[in-house]
Amino acid sequence: MSLHEILFWFLSAMAIGCALGVILSRNPVKSVLFLIATFFAISGHYVLMNAQFLAIVNIIVYAGAIMVLFLFVIMLMNLNADAEPQKSRLVQFAAVLSGGALFLVIIAAFTKAGLNIDGAAVDSSGEIGLIKNLGIALFKDYVLPFEVSSVLFLSAMIGAMVLGKKEDVPNHLESKIKN
Amino acid sequence: MPIQHYIFLSLALFAIGIMGVLMRRNAIIVFMCIELMLNAVNLLMVAFSKMNGNSDAQIFVFFIMVVAAAEVAVGLAIIVMMYRKVHSVDINILNRLKH
Repeated sequence: MSLHEILFWFLSAMAIGCALGVILSRNPVKSVLFLIATFFAISGHYVLMNAQFLAIVNIIVYAGAIMVLFLFVIMLMNLNADAEPQKSRLVQFAAVLSGGALFLVIIAAFTKAGLNIDGAAVDSSGEIGLIKNLGIALFKDYVLPFEVSSVLFLSAMIGAMVLGKKEDVPNHLESKIKN
Repeated sequence: MPIQHYIFLSLALFAIGIMGVLMRRNAIIVFMCIELMLNAVNLLMVAFSKMNGNSDAQIFVFFIMVVAAAEVAVGLAIIVMMYRKVHSVDINILNRLKH
């Protein structure tokens, strides 16, 4: 086994184990920390595939910004207690069954589809994941979607502010909401 | 590594995300499981991009991350607003659209 394979199996085990930790741990803060570990494992996979730009962006955007936002919201709501009500055993069993069934169905579809990918390998050679090549592609072929995404960010920012603003609900409406 | 390994890994992460969405009652955990599913798709797209030697898929992964960041900002704002109104993030209580 080469170093590359050892790293692949280690990162895969870490990703799946931490993903299971996300859905199985009772404490929301622990779930967030497990999810950050999952994102680091996925970033490790990106490094193994020589997609260095995406590895860095994944750590900065996901682990650095999004998960910190989740942590802030959880701590703001004081949800770091283990007192979350659980769904019934039947619903949990059905959830695991349907997720596993989806897994098996898609794998069966992939193996039966005859995709002609038997010899295809993903290695760490090649330079398409480097920041220079991605930057050229991004600012040459995809410059319009790039600019549109900035408008999307602006609208999301304004939307989040409008939603998060404390509003004065009139009394007659408030009693209706409470009922 | 063969591409099949990456397909299995991404599918496993995606299935775990679906199980989490169906199984948990905390709206924030459900939201985190959606992020997990997005990341599984990202991983598979990068693997396919390396397989084909084409950089377009990596640009798409970048845009998926952009959209996910915007989605998280709006979604968490909605969850905070709901929490202010009903003092809970339990999705079994947040079913008022039904009535």
